Amino acid sequence: MDFSVLLTDLPTLVVVIIGVPAVLAAYIVGGEYLVRRLPDKARPSVRPWIWVAPALLLVAGFLVAPAIGTLAQSFEDKNGAFIGFQNFAAQLAGFPTGGAWIAIRNNLFWLIFYTLFVLAFGLLLAVLFDRVPYESVVKSLIFMPMAISSVALVVIWKFMYAYQPPGQPQTGTLNFILNTVFHQDPRTWIQDESPLLGLFPLNDMALIGAAVWGIVGFSLVILSAALKGIPGDLLEAARVDGAGEITIFRRVIFPLMMPTVVVVGTTLVIFALKAFDVVYAMTNGNYHTDVLANRMYQLLYNSHDFGGASAVAVILLLTVIPVLIFNLRQFRAVEARR
Amino acid sequence: MASVTYDHVVKRYTADLTVVKDFNVEIKDKEFMVLVGPSGCGKSTALRMLAGLEAISEGEIRIGDRVVNNVAAKDRDIAMVFQSYALYPHMSVYDNMAFPLQMQHMKKDDIDKRVKNASRILGLDNFLKRKPRALSGGQRQRVALGRAIVRSPKVFLLDEPLSNLDAKLRGQTRIELQKLHRDLQTTFIYVTHDQVEAMTMGDRIAIMNAGILQQVGTPGDIYDHPANLFVAGFIGSPTMNFVPATVDNGTAKASGLEVKLPKPVSAAKGTLGFRPEAVTDRVVEGGPTMKMKVDVVERLGSDQFLYGQVGADQVTARVDPRMSVQPGDTVQLGLDTRGLHFFDAETEKALI
Repeated sequence: MDFSVLLTDLPTLVVVIIGVPAVLAAYIVGGEYLVRRLPDKARPSVRPWIWVAPALLLVAGFLVAPAIGTLAQSFEDKNGAFIGFQNFAAQLAGFPTGGAWIAIRNNLFWLIFYTLFVLAFGLLLAVLFDRVPYESVVKSLIFMPMAISSVALVVIWKFMYAYQPPGQPQTGTLNFILNTVFHQDPRTWIQDESPLLGLFPLNDMALIGAAVWGIVGFSLVILSAALKGIPGDLLEAARVDGAGEITIFRRVIFPLMMPTVVVVGTTLVIFALKAFDVVYAMTNGNYHTDVLANRMYQLLYNSHDFGGASAVAVILLLTVIPVLIFNLRQFRAVEARR
Repeated sequence: MASVTYDHVVKRYTADLTVVKDFNVEIKDKEFMVLVGPSGCGKSTALRMLAGLEAISEGEIRIGDRVVNNVAAKDRDIAMVFQSYALYPHMSVYDNMAFPLQMQHMKKDDIDKRVKNASRILGLDNFLKRKPRALSGGQRQRVALGRAIVRSPKVFLLDEPLSNLDAKLRGQTRIELQKLHRDLQTTFIYVTHDQVEAMTMGDRIAIMNAGILQQVGTPGDIYDHPANLFVAGFIGSPTMNFVPATVDNGTAKASGLEVKLPKPVSAAKGTLGFRPEAVTDRVVEGGPTMKMKVDVVERLGSDQFLYGQVGADQVTARVDPRMSVQPGDTVQLGLDTRGLHFFDAETEKALI
């Protein structure tokens, strides 16, 4: 690698390393200086703003401004002319298979199954591992996929789902098991849209399954911490009160974990709505596995349909905001109870 | 209502960590038995084995005639009050008390009747809808009691239930618990490290130390006739005076005191024990006397305690509050030999 660029840019580097803290320090000192010159009464109300202002500026510049820009763009055509709700109309046209509807349907699947499976497995594993020796080792193993990038995760799962025509040796783990243990023909897990249990497309579930594997450690660790936070006395009291282990879980443990379950659940709902990487890397939205985030990306970079992409982004944003607010409130409630 | 029997019970965690050793006690039906001892003596473990929260390593525990070693906690028909109260924080006071009855699949009406009855006894009527979080320490404690009494259990276990209350409330609750025991007519087993609670509440007291049962008896019995040095020192406040002594021809000689023992003893060396109230400001004619150099004087109104040196030994005396003494004075004190104890130097067992 050529590091000489570092040398030629040395003056810039020095300016950045010294300059940025210097500007910050000057801001703080200057701000304090101005605050001190204010009348005593005004100081407490002004001072917090001096400290919060830099963060507010950053949020405004990098978050609020682009969001407003996106919102504006969603009402414009390719040439920047205002066209009202036409972009939205195009995205929401042709129900149930046209426009963004497949993506919306799939996001709904993600929302339900991804959230449900991650919570259910996380809870189950947290309760089971609570009584296992070497608990931390086992938990680390489950947590490990969290450290893998989504693209690597997809590579792993492509091996799991790999397909060879019937009669040939199966290299995919699932098809191998299907073939040798259950003596069935291999399936094309990623392409196969035939409904599972007569309801949900198999390939959607396969994508969700891979994503669940990647995130279940997250819910396991948080739910496990919540479980550990329940005082042992309570469980003993319930035992003496005549409750069996399942009743104890249902009546004592689960209700006490509920606030945490809700926080993890709503976080997962947000993850599900934002689902992109697994879909992008595994199918690129083909075989009717598209989701909103991937559709937005495709519209933007492949079709150069800025208006359409912005419209999808706005739809996504509007769906996430209520969940986000609920999540924050719930999180605050959990914290307040500590 | 049932008796409880500990029959050669042992609790062992590892090969060289035994916390309860050969524990034998028979607790009668409707008795108020107090297990008392310093922290870590195994008293809580003994209780938890009875509750079914700890496995029994050796021996047998019987509730009535039934051996409960292999009976799950939920099937033992006992109620327990925990030191932390262990109330279910997500349930209302009412639901906390109803929970054990729901576990018995009792009818809703009957549950309601019992919970209402318990809340009336404990003065919780106005708090039934509240969550434990919104209650004071004393109220929580009563909810914990309520949760135990609604069941009319065979045996009532209490694990240091008063230790989280302030001193005044503790005194009141002590009296309430005794009343409750009288009204419920149930076997109570009460664990505490506080000898005052043990003395005031127990029909009988079992004193434990280092996993070994030291003595079982009525409070008066244990106070007047402690079986060994540990029991003598643990029960009573201020503690009994201990002075090392040698015995010569029926007379015990300590560094600042000589006393003719009321009974001959076989040992030549040992510890002379007498409670502060056995030391008096009235010198009995011909009786043993001692000279005390007073270090500290404590006047409590009804009592006056003198802490000082008799010869080379520390001695505490409870004297008439009207006696005028200043720190630094040397006073002449008598000793009532009826309250005299003598402990063997080796075994620490009481010989008198």
